[in-house]
Amino acid sequence: MSDREIDWGVLMRAANGGDAAAYNRLLTSLAPAVRAVARRGLGRAGLAADDAEDVVQETLLAIHLKRHTWDPSLPLGPWVRAIARNKLIDAMRRRGRRDHIPIDDFVDTLASDTAEPTPIPCKLDEHLQSLPDRQQSVVRAISLDGASIRETAARLNMSEGAVRVALHRGLAALSVKFGARQS
Amino acid sequence: MKTDDLIRALSSDLAPPGPSIESRFAVAFLPGVLVALALFAITLGPRPDLMLVASDVRFLFKFVVTLSLALCSALLVWRLVRPGAPARLQIAALAIVPLVLAVGVLMELIVLPRPSWEARLIGSNGLVCLVSIPSFALPMLIAEILALRQGAPTQPALAGVVAGLFAGGVAAAIYAAHCPDDSPLFVALWYSLGIAIVALAGGFAGRLALRW
Repeated sequence: MSDREIDWGVLMRAANGGDAAAYNRLLTSLAPAVRAVARRGLGRAGLAADDAEDVVQETLLAIHLKRHTWDPSLPLGPWVRAIARNKLIDAMRRRGRRDHIPIDDFVDTLASDTAEPTPIPCKLDEHLQSLPDRQQSVVRAISLDGASIRETAARLNMSEGAVRVALHRGLAALSVKFGARQS
Repeated sequence: MKTDDLIRALSSDLAPPGPSIESRFAVAFLPGVLVALALFAITLGPRPDLMLVASDVRFLFKFVVTLSLALCSALLVWRLVRPGAPARLQIAALAIVPLVLAVGVLMELIVLPRPSWEARLIGSNGLVCLVSIPSFALPMLIAEILALRQGAPTQPALAGVVAGLFAGGVAAAIYAAHCPDDSPLFVALWYSLGIAIVALAGGFAGRLALRW
């Protein structure tokens, strides 16, 4: 287990205690590691790495929605990699490929050259557009415009509680849309 | 949307993690087992000589096997719904259960004269067993699959099978209180078949309902 993974565990524990800044740092730090897993897996299967960012975003959504399945007595790294690998396989299956991904390939994945690519049209945008209006506006305001919960509530003339509910439901719906067997 | 934008939305949606998988599983078990017990009371009920056989070693062995199957399956499925969690110990523990049954079968074969083997194996109640175990297991299986939807099994069908072994094990223990056949030979054949049906159903349910 590397130092970085110890930090991941510390950050996730802080996040479970309600520390949103720690959670933001954790996800920001996980993204390159997940990106490396996705690129490597797609490359190994002879697929273009263009879809890697879709896998990264789907994995981050899953990490977020399933974070209670992490056992705090275990390191966070293997948990993250298992989710990333699972989402990668799902993504490749949806493209009609059935590839075997040995888990060992993902152990100690290096985070080199894993900066986020320049924005290209992604699945997330497509799925976002199919959300109900209210969820869509809330998710957009908070993600794209960087508004806080309170600002979003004021802007959309909603209560803060309603914004929180819409945000959570919107994110859960996005995750489901990724998994749906379409496109 | 850039990944950083998504991360901003995710960190704004931070709520304390809810109850653990284990406690959800336990909470779901309660209504499941109550329905199963009600079904049992309505349809079969305990055997009339329950008090007389309560200390009989063959009768007790049925509970040892079925309840240890249920316990080990629960311990394993709790690992299977946590991505990347090591499960070797739990798999090994579960694998011991059929070995225990095999030892019981072997002792029975040693103790019993050969001509009576077949009668003990076929028993008197095989079909009732085969119908009862899946029927009692069904409410528990449904409740547990719903609870496990909060988990994240990387192998949904396998998690469903193990949830089926759990429900089947508990159902078999309930049925055992009625079952007049106490021979390990009968248990090895009919109980196993009944539990296998539940495990199979669990596998299909897992494929359908435990994907995430």
